[in-house]
Amino acid sequence: MDNVLVYCEVTEEKTIAEVSLELLSKGRKLANELKVKLEAVVISDEVNLLEETLYPYGVDIINYCRDERLFPYQTIPHFAIVTKLIEEEKPQIALFGATSIGRDLAPRVASYLRTGLTADCTTLEIGSHIENKTKKEYKDLLYQIRPAFGGNIIATIINPDNRPQMATVREGVMKKEIFDKSYKGTLKNIVASSYVKAEDFCLKIISRQIEAQKINIKGAQIIVCGGYGMKSRENFQILYQLAEIIQGEVGATRAAVDASMAEHERQIGQTGVTVRPKLYIACGVSGAVQHRAGMQESSKIISINIDPKAPINSIADYTIIGDVMEIVPKMIQYYKSNTK
Amino acid sequence: MSFRIVVLAKQVPDTRNVGKDAMKEDGTVNRAALPAIFNPEDLNALEMALQIKDKIKETTITVLTMGPTRAAEVVRESLYRGADNGIVVSDRKVAGSDTLATSYTIAQAIKKIGNYDLVIAGRQAIDGDTAQVGPQTAEKLSCPQITYAEEIVDVNEKTIQIKRRLERGIEVVESTYPCLITVHSSAKECRNRHAKRLMKYKNAHSPSELQELSLDYTLFNEKPYLKIEEWSASDINAEDSRLGLTGSPTKVKKIENVVLTQKESKQLSSSNEDIDNLMKELIASHILG
Repeated sequence: MDNVLVYCEVTEEKTIAEVSLELLSKGRKLANELKVKLEAVVISDEVNLLEETLYPYGVDIINYCRDERLFPYQTIPHFAIVTKLIEEEKPQIALFGATSIGRDLAPRVASYLRTGLTADCTTLEIGSHIENKTKKEYKDLLYQIRPAFGGNIIATIINPDNRPQMATVREGVMKKEIFDKSYKGTLKNIVASSYVKAEDFCLKIISRQIEAQKINIKGAQIIVCGGYGMKSRENFQILYQLAEIIQGEVGATRAAVDASMAEHERQIGQTGVTVRPKLYIACGVSGAVQHRAGMQESSKIISINIDPKAPINSIADYTIIGDVMEIVPKMIQYYKSNTK
Repeated sequence: MSFRIVVLAKQVPDTRNVGKDAMKEDGTVNRAALPAIFNPEDLNALEMALQIKDKIKETTITVLTMGPTRAAEVVRESLYRGADNGIVVSDRKVAGSDTLATSYTIAQAIKKIGNYDLVIAGRQAIDGDTAQVGPQTAEKLSCPQITYAEEIVDVNEKTIQIKRRLERGIEVVESTYPCLITVHSSAKECRNRHAKRLMKYKNAHSPSELQELSLDYTLFNEKPYLKIEEWSASDINAEDSRLGLTGSPTKVKKIENVVLTQKESKQLSSSNEDIDNLMKELIASHILG
């Protein structure tokens, strides 16, 4: 009853997904504040080192449903297990990764349970609320905070009367933190056949081609990010050149990705990846809130922009006013001639 | 055999052009203050429906939208591009709906349409980016869902095979009917308006629009295809408690305008000297190299 529950995704390599470990780290903190337990739900055919992986994040109960038919992920079987488990366990909070799987599953679960769900939260906090009309006081609500509406505002969403309070969070937004290396919880095996009916496997998977993550901008120490101001995919090449010689990765804003200047995996911001590199070079990036949400914790920020008033400049350590196509080659030139 | 597809479309404020009056005091969107456009991924959804109609003859495409009466514009636009008819669900009671209340309303309207084989929607709308209404509608209809559709691999009267675009790859799945599909922006762009259809449907209107234009209702008697249906909450047998703000479990507690955390920013020019000094400093402090 009243616990914090995290739906854990299983990767192609049969490990627990990074985003789920990040959510468990956040879930542990929320559970501590609420003085409740942290539960994980894991649904798969097998998972490597399941208990060894999860307990150090402070997981009290692992609800493990293991069945040959449960990997790869399919909506209806996972939906059937998660909803039934939530009805039994009655958690007050349920968190999902804002991934291909989480964004497919969580809304269907919320719809069935007739509860609220907030997508792509950037902050989760516990707080209280007084209803204006009735003066009814609510304690210990989950504040689901996200940029909204073109990034001009930050909205705090609450779900006062329905449970669980549900939210999805993108990979990289929450920090992955070991809670206690020697923490021990308990494993609860869930028998698939009492949760899922044969007819729930109604979709036929014909083929799958899932690749291991190729571009890893989340882990990069240096990021050269291009925005819509780069104008074209061709102009992006100069950013790849700079990134290569300074051993960084190339990121992109949503506007640049939408305009097909870069791949979606490179997208930084609320609907992309959150990064915390030691150096962030923003090239032709205006700096919408959704983008800043994904990079403002970078240690050093350099903005190269033709517009002195670009919002990104106000969070930059250095602002270079001018044309990226002129400035970046100069940086490459200097670096080449002054390092080994 | 006849085949029926319901396409879900939304008229959205163009969030790329947001002005000051974009939000109302209660934290909901002030749609009147913004240019309204056809949600981009819903156009991809319409195209997918049209491709099916190209393959399965006798397919009827009904476009369903929910919103203020002016949302009839997206139905008209769909008619120009190849849809057969359309419905606007419009009622004060549905104002302020979150995704749960929206999906309930949409599902009630689809149930009223009845006899559908496929429901096709864009993955998400650009004003919220939640991607929730598709899966939630599928749940309310108790039908399977195929999200992030990029391409139809195969389709016939019995089954459909869809290529899905996932974060790290693709997956091809097959479903029987009925089924709900949400379409990813990487799917084929929607075909253009058809000149003949433009002529045929430019006078298609909803009853509210006729009233606003002071036109005569008898128009629909002569040319029934020009009628854009308009349904209220009572037309779709909706329970009031599940509509609009009342039916929305999520509430907006607070809206904050974004205040930038100002940093002491060093301004540099694009001169060789400035760039060289910056690079020198970065290398010296071991941030680079």
